[in-house]
Amino acid sequence: MSQSRSNTIGIAGGTGMVSQAPSVPGQRGSLGAQSLPHHQPGYTLQPKVDASGEVSSELLEIAMGPHHPSTHGVFRMDVVLDGERVVKLKPVFGYLHRNHEKIAENTSYLGSMPYTDRLDYLCSMTNNWAYALAVEKLAGLKPTERAEYIRVITAELTRLLNHTCLVGFLVQDMGAMGTPLMYAFREREKILDLFESLSGARMMCNYMRFGGCRVDLPPGWLDQAKAVVASYPKFLDEFEALLSENEILLARSQGVGILSRELAINASITGPMLRASGVNYDIRKVDKYGIYDRFDFRIPLGEHGDVFDRYMIRVLEMRESLKILTQALKDIPEGPIVDPKAKLRGFRPKAGEAYGRIEAGKGELGFYLISDGSPNPYRYRVRPPSLINLTILEDMCLGTTIGDVMVILGSVDIVLGEVDR
Amino acid sequence: MDQIDQIFVSLKHWAVHFFPDALQPLVSAGLSIAALIAAFGSIFAITTWVERKALGRIQNRLGPNRVGPFGLLQPMADAIKMLTKEDIVPVSADHVVHYLAPFALIIPVSLALAVIPYGRNMALVDLDGGVLFFFAVGAAAEVAVFMAGWSSRNKYSILGAMRAIAQMISYEVPLVLSTISVVMIAGSLSLVKIVEAQNHFVGDWLPGWYVLTPWGFAGFVLFMIAAAAESNRAPFDLPEAESEIIAGYLTEYSGFKYALFFLGEYWGMFAVSGLAVTLFLGGWTAPFPFLAWVPSFVWFFAKLGALILLFIWIRGTLPRLRIDQLMSFAWKFLLPMSLINIVVAALWHFTAGWSFPSAPLWRWLLCAALVVIPYLGFGHALAGRRRFPKRVYQYAT
Repeated sequence: MSQSRSNTIGIAGGTGMVSQAPSVPGQRGSLGAQSLPHHQPGYTLQPKVDASGEVSSELLEIAMGPHHPSTHGVFRMDVVLDGERVVKLKPVFGYLHRNHEKIAENTSYLGSMPYTDRLDYLCSMTNNWAYALAVEKLAGLKPTERAEYIRVITAELTRLLNHTCLVGFLVQDMGAMGTPLMYAFREREKILDLFESLSGARMMCNYMRFGGCRVDLPPGWLDQAKAVVASYPKFLDEFEALLSENEILLARSQGVGILSRELAINASITGPMLRASGVNYDIRKVDKYGIYDRFDFRIPLGEHGDVFDRYMIRVLEMRESLKILTQALKDIPEGPIVDPKAKLRGFRPKAGEAYGRIEAGKGELGFYLISDGSPNPYRYRVRPPSLINLTILEDMCLGTTIGDVMVILGSVDIVLGEVDR
Repeated sequence: MDQIDQIFVSLKHWAVHFFPDALQPLVSAGLSIAALIAAFGSIFAITTWVERKALGRIQNRLGPNRVGPFGLLQPMADAIKMLTKEDIVPVSADHVVHYLAPFALIIPVSLALAVIPYGRNMALVDLDGGVLFFFAVGAAAEVAVFMAGWSSRNKYSILGAMRAIAQMISYEVPLVLSTISVVMIAGSLSLVKIVEAQNHFVGDWLPGWYVLTPWGFAGFVLFMIAAAAESNRAPFDLPEAESEIIAGYLTEYSGFKYALFFLGEYWGMFAVSGLAVTLFLGGWTAPFPFLAWVPSFVWFFAKLGALILLFIWIRGTLPRLRIDQLMSFAWKFLLPMSLINIVVAALWHFTAGWSFPSAPLWRWLLCAALVVIPYLGFGHALAGRRRFPKRVYQYAT
């Protein structure tokens, strides 16, 4: 043990590195203590030996995160580097674990609704909808016509917001000093303003209810939404003019982080990442949940499965979302906002199980519920797209450089609130 | 007008004449150094404000606007914050080297500032080998960066230092080679003489700046690209790539030492921009004869400011390159182009004696073609659109 350890020489002290650190004389608490308990990874950091038997170079193990500027939150990657090249990468989740599922099993069905906002905290509307859909399946409720339209409108606005921010973050990870991100946030503000006037909160909307929505649209909201939707293509054109033709962005994203079709399917990747690998699978089309069968829209598909395809798929999806929004904002009927049969108090669905899923901005967001007839769910389980899309990070990153790892991670589109729950 | 132009020089002479003869050289040097440090200290403060303001505007926000009018006192607030911060040194760091690194950066950079002529008669020292001296001390900055990265005992620092060394050594080559063409034409390594060589007007209105010749323009572009990489500015800011390696070799620095590094980097940028102004943009000379009454140092600092704004603009616009792309760009594009540029400069020199009718035009066309054709060739081979065909996306309904 100690023999193998003495071969593992780190350049800097830290966990997982054995210290050949010269202890600095006169220093209190030298870090070179031999007896630190080591986390033993499933690989060794043996020095590379060239043909003549000389040690030519050493591997460098870095724990990137949980406080790293571009891991999008508290997420850690244990990266083993050979120079700049990634030899091994292990994602470590759980820093933001807050017992979401167990807490939800101990509250009433409605009590979990505001808590779902905090899953993917950029897209609370779609989280609400997925949960409401699962409960409605469980309890056999049907949302009213107007509520269905409002749900589609808010969900597609959320998709716009999510994809816009993602592109901004992605280019930020490529090193563009915040300019695309700020442009993205300018547009996000408009949508957040809409959400604010609708639900009272900008990010934690808590808007959907079982069988409908919480409040009706405020006066003039539809016109505001129409104005936002009408101005969005201009922004997308500007964004694309700025980014899609940029030589450096092309060089950094094309051919980087390729995810093959087979691996994407086998790893149950969903959302824009799956479609960028060329698989035609969009739950809006597959399940036709809500009223998505009434709208005319298309699913853009990638071919190469690299970072650029993931970027472009999102841009194209935004354009399709705008189509849905235009149709929905035109057709939205008057009527009640919530199913009159749905009751807020004493809500006890009969025993059974249900799985409700929607196409959220990041992929398939599902809620699996088991009811035993009591006011709280017996089992409550989230299928988070961020977490499952993140599992193949190593497969995409091996052999790339450390700069690419950040770009690939950015293109996966994770929100740590959803990864760790 | 001449008095205003020479006001700083006369002021110095006036101040010096109070001292005994034996002390006069010493006092003169001391005054010059104090003036240089004061001038570039304030330019540094203004630049940080301008940079934050300009980046803010580019990014569709306001930038600093809370401290003083238009946020003009922001540099003061930053300075106070920096100086009152705790100076943290990692326990396992090599304390001596960690302490010395910022000074090892700031000293060569301020030495490099000394040889640049800021106006007529306004070079601190007119070295015969000014260009050589500039690059010699400029190369010493790499040692400082590596000292910082190595002594911090942090993995991000060491990665940043490795990147910095690889990048700075690689880009030093095209930087020097693009300078050589200027030295060849001007026939001198002295920066003062190089400015003098550009201090004339072609046909009474066009300034004789080297940037307005085919080889000079190519040299200027090559120089500015290499200069951006030398001073670790975007899109070549890999040694400090925030999204990748936190802050690179600066990761373990805080407080005053961090401020010194920051100052050193900006001074490095000023020095290399000042060299670009001197070599290609005619130094302190006026762009048009009728503007020659404006004091010479005003022109120098106006051109310097323009180049700094260019750096800021690029920083607000472009994403970062990857390390292998950075290297291949230096060795496969900049290096051959700067070598070709030397040949073109030589051709320019030897065709100066052409005397047949419309000889200047032919000379211009020949040299321009010799620059443009290889550029297109290399551009296609390295970064042309051919590598990035336009992708067409399928839709499923």
